[in-house]
Amino acid sequence: MTSGEIIVKGGFIIDPTRKIDGDVGDVAIKDGKIVDKVSSSAKVIDAKGKVVMAGGVDVHSHVAGPKVNAGRLMRPEDKLRAGACMSAMAQKNGYRMESGFSIPSVFKTGYDYARMGYSFVMEAAMPPLLAPHTHEEIHDTPIIDEAALPVFGNNWFVMEYLKKGEVENTAAYIAWLLKVTKGYGIKVVNPGGTAAWAWGLNCLSLNDQVPYFEITPGEIIKGLMEANEFLGLPHSIHVHQNNLGNPGNYPDTLESLKIAEGVKAKNKFGRETVLHSTHLQFHSYGGEGWKDFCSKSKEVMDYVNKQKNLTFDLGCVTLDETTTMTADGPFEHHLHGLNHLKWTNVDVELETAAGIVPYIYDKDVLPNAIQWATGLELALFAKDMDRAFITTDHPNAGPFTRYPRVIKWLMSKKAREAVLATMKNSDKVINATYIHGIDRELTLYEIAQMTRSGPAQCLGLAKTYGSLAPGNNGDVSVFDLNYKNMPSDPEKIETALLRAAYFIKDGEVVVKDGEVASHGHKKTVWVKVKMPENAQVTRDVSQAFHKGTYTVDISNYPVREYLAPHQSIIDINVEA
Amino acid sequence: MPILKKGVGCPYCGSSCDDLEVLVSDDETKVLEVHNACIIGTNLFHHANDPTRPKLPRKRQPDGTMKEIPYEEAIDYMAKTMLAAKKPLVYGFGSTNCEGMSAVARIAEKAGAVLDNCATICHGPSFLAIFDNGYPSCTLGEAKNRADVVVFWGCNPMHAHPRHTSRYSIFPRGYFTQKGAMQRTVLSIDPRETDTAKLADIHLMLDQGHDYELFDAFRTVLRGFDIPEVVAGIKKETIKKSVEIMKNARFCMIFFGMGCTHTDGRNHNIDHAISLTRDLNEHTKCSIMAMRGHYNIAGPGQVWAWQFGFPYCIDLSKGTHAHMNPGETSSVDLAMRDEVDCFVNVGADAGAHFPIQPVQHLKKHPFITIDPNFNMASEISDLHIPVRIAGVDEPGVVYRMDNVPIQFKAVLKGLPGVPSDEELFNLVYERMCELTQTKPIWLAAKEDRRYPESEAVN
Amino acid sequence: MAKIQLNMITQRSIEEGAAMEQGKTNPNYFIACSICEMNPEDMKRAGIMKNTNIRITSECGTVIVKAIEPTQYCPPGLAHIRQGVWANQVVPPRTQSTGTPQYSGFPVTIEPAPEEKLKTALNLVQGAVGLWKGGNS
Repeated sequence: MTSGEIIVKGGFIIDPTRKIDGDVGDVAIKDGKIVDKVSSSAKVIDAKGKVVMAGGVDVHSHVAGPKVNAGRLMRPEDKLRAGACMSAMAQKNGYRMESGFSIPSVFKTGYDYARMGYSFVMEAAMPPLLAPHTHEEIHDTPIIDEAALPVFGNNWFVMEYLKKGEVENTAAYIAWLLKVTKGYGIKVVNPGGTAAWAWGLNCLSLNDQVPYFEITPGEIIKGLMEANEFLGLPHSIHVHQNNLGNPGNYPDTLESLKIAEGVKAKNKFGRETVLHSTHLQFHSYGGEGWKDFCSKSKEVMDYVNKQKNLTFDLGCVTLDETTTMTADGPFEHHLHGLNHLKWTNVDVELETAAGIVPYIYDKDVLPNAIQWATGLELALFAKDMDRAFITTDHPNAGPFTRYPRVIKWLMSKKAREAVLATMKNSDKVINATYIHGIDRELTLYEIAQMTRSGPAQCLGLAKTYGSLAPGNNGDVSVFDLNYKNMPSDPEKIETALLRAAYFIKDGEVVVKDGEVASHGHKKTVWVKVKMPENAQVTRDVSQAFHKGTYTVDISNYPVREYLAPHQSIIDINVEA
Repeated sequence: MPILKKGVGCPYCGSSCDDLEVLVSDDETKVLEVHNACIIGTNLFHHANDPTRPKLPRKRQPDGTMKEIPYEEAIDYMAKTMLAAKKPLVYGFGSTNCEGMSAVARIAEKAGAVLDNCATICHGPSFLAIFDNGYPSCTLGEAKNRADVVVFWGCNPMHAHPRHTSRYSIFPRGYFTQKGAMQRTVLSIDPRETDTAKLADIHLMLDQGHDYELFDAFRTVLRGFDIPEVVAGIKKETIKKSVEIMKNARFCMIFFGMGCTHTDGRNHNIDHAISLTRDLNEHTKCSIMAMRGHYNIAGPGQVWAWQFGFPYCIDLSKGTHAHMNPGETSSVDLAMRDEVDCFVNVGADAGAHFPIQPVQHLKKHPFITIDPNFNMASEISDLHIPVRIAGVDEPGVVYRMDNVPIQFKAVLKGLPGVPSDEELFNLVYERMCELTQTKPIWLAAKEDRRYPESEAVN
Repeated sequence: MAKIQLNMITQRSIEEGAAMEQGKTNPNYFIACSICEMNPEDMKRAGIMKNTNIRITSECGTVIVKAIEPTQYCPPGLAHIRQGVWANQVVPPRTQSTGTPQYSGFPVTIEPAPEEKLKTALNLVQGAVGLWKGGNS
């Protein structure tokens, strides 16, 4: 944070939180925050003829932690492909070496997000036992603020308590775990299925029983949703549904989403939604097998558009060679069986698992082309752009450096048709998807909703990120796009968004002309819940360590303070 | 009153046991008793009391003797020497904390060095196999709580990881394995009848160096095909019986070690083992795990993977990007081909554990050792810089053999004036920046540089 | 004097680890690591009496160690020196392009050398690089 004053002058301001759509104006920053006005001695940043937005907010990305690193470790070839993406300029200016294309090193991750004008990234899944690892990577990632979501959907304590319907105990456990892992909220991945995977099994539908624990995925989602609202966390539960990636999985997706019907959000952060459905693209498929595999994005969006208490992110396929990595361990084993590329797996005692498999999304492979269309269709069918967010489930469907490419496709039918035209099976793709018949082109205002105001709101961070209203963090991105004279060539949209003209973070210029100018001052954001002592939970947790079910000592489990050197803590007080 | 410290981690082997209890003097300068550790861990802690532990750097004089010098002079020599070298090699890191590994990465990048760790002579072949074939694994708690068939292939935990079999693999009563050793079937594949083999239900005493054929035979039988009467010195019935046991397990856990990585075939042996694990997943749940040797040798693999994308043999000399090519950029090969012109040995003993020829090649150039104790490398070094012992008088993050991060505590106050690896490397980095007139790059973790300045530098 | 060819491996042992953690110049390290275990049948073939010194020669070096009966059974044809300073006098540095030397599974010639003296660890390592000044340590 600097106490300097900055004024970003004369740009086209796009700020959905104040319904500003391209008015020419100034944005004033002082002491690291957006303010109404600054003195005449403020540093002037000339944004004339350029678009000005708040810093981007990424609601779901795998950027820091054990499975991300296992991916880096097993894929030396991913570094060879990064040649085009490395910046010799940054190196010359004294910045750290960059490496990796689909799984960038922590330095490259921070630099590349900053170059795109992103200020906050949510690490999508943190295994609690390995939380110190996640935090080590977070503190080594420059510039961007980060938080991490611990995974709960296959956690032994959660399953035991929910089996008995003990929501309050579940909530107390979650509060404790968020505190000791410095976590942000409740992530649910393939609920029950990954616990079954510890024995080599899976749960593909909401009613399958988890071996030994005898609870169903549906009960886990429902119970965690209740615990989330009991605690009043800033974010809703964040769900990766069962049966990901399989043809005909969309009814399971709808069944999971239905669990949220009638449930009201309870929190003091302005969050109105109770379930965030992540990388919805992977869960919106029809057909009975690969031969009649098709997009069901319209059917899914017909439902999502009607439910006001749901949010989702796209998980768009970018047609790259990338790396899949997820806590959906059984899915990764299955994927390896499909493409026969190397497979890494890590089962984590009492908590979760992870799988990693490289994947090549080939535009000439019919299912991949259909996946590409499906992700875009979800956004193009969406009615409320504040509830639909742009992601690629980085790196699962593609690297995050492709967000500008996804935006280009969403904003330009011409760009979409150009991709379709290059596909070997384009007529089959057209038959199996809706994309060819959609003329809608999103506006930059809608893009700002999907990448700034919307995600900040659903994370309960609307007062700090995603907005240019006074009081918010001084995070401002300036792009070389003339709002009154947008380029006819859609490629120019992608290049402009990939390298911001300026990115200011906490009132400090960290990117200038698309290049890193400072390491900034990143923060680790987490949620500290204060709850009355729950003797049952305390006892159960101690037992798990003292009996040796966990193989580490309880005193070594909580993440030590120095591993998160700059913390931004959100406090919650839960009465008994 | 002596103080009992609990939940202490042991800084010796890859078991990284963190259930030790260490009784220290009330002024926290001496270790009095060590509980729960094996003999090696116990000796390690007591050795920290050794009054001859070096407290100052020593520099070799022209007449061959070593003379104590202040830290400032040692830091200056190290910074200048590394910067002057065209391709310095920084090796070791079996025995230091992750904070130190992160700090050395900054120096290596600045000096354009090759950054390597003990895996290069240990589980490097396992990495090579993982690069090609993946790694279906789990945490040790999963093995303890679920495995009913445990296979030790080319490893001898009773000697190399003494508490492994009691804490994780053979004896403990886990959540789904309440009967302990009674409900586990143990297989040992080893050319000697080791103390681990003696505990096994079946010991396959194969012909040394023929593990590859035996893995192949296991996979062939698993897929339902016939094999010769004898493979690698093992009879067909024994092979078939072993495969049946593994196939019918509820959870089969394979541990492997130097018997596979140090022998003919190197990475191909591990590659086959990983393929066998994958094949078994068609029938039951099966995982495999490398028995990493040191308590934090998984550390540099993790830290450097997230910083550079590679776990070892990292050539940073090009300046623009990191390059890894084991065989080309690995320590022993670089030494044998005389491709490095400075050697920095950190938290390991290349003098004792490299074959002697590479040591002779490396000794043609400046040779620096950074280690808390005297060892073979320090006794042939041009400069020996002592640092605190990670896990004894310096806390820090450590990665166990299953890549679980364990936050080790310090049980003693450090020797006065002796820095930690991290502090030392940060000081060398700052000196390098002064010498090259560049600004130091600190990230969030080191922005405040919160460590005692006056204590570290004389 | 008979010479025999054996296959050599070098591995960890708890005696080596425990002694190493007391310091490599400690007498325990000398006792634990300056030994070679080989099957009594092979000893007989070469005319080696147990607990006497032998000369081991590989493609890249030679070392004097004490021959002992195995503490963990070695089949005939296989010899074992515990990993450490003495073993590494004879371990071939060839890595098969993997970076890892041939620590286990290399051919050696073994012959009795009862008159030869064992060298200390410092003698061997410092001696190899021209820094040995003599003495007892």
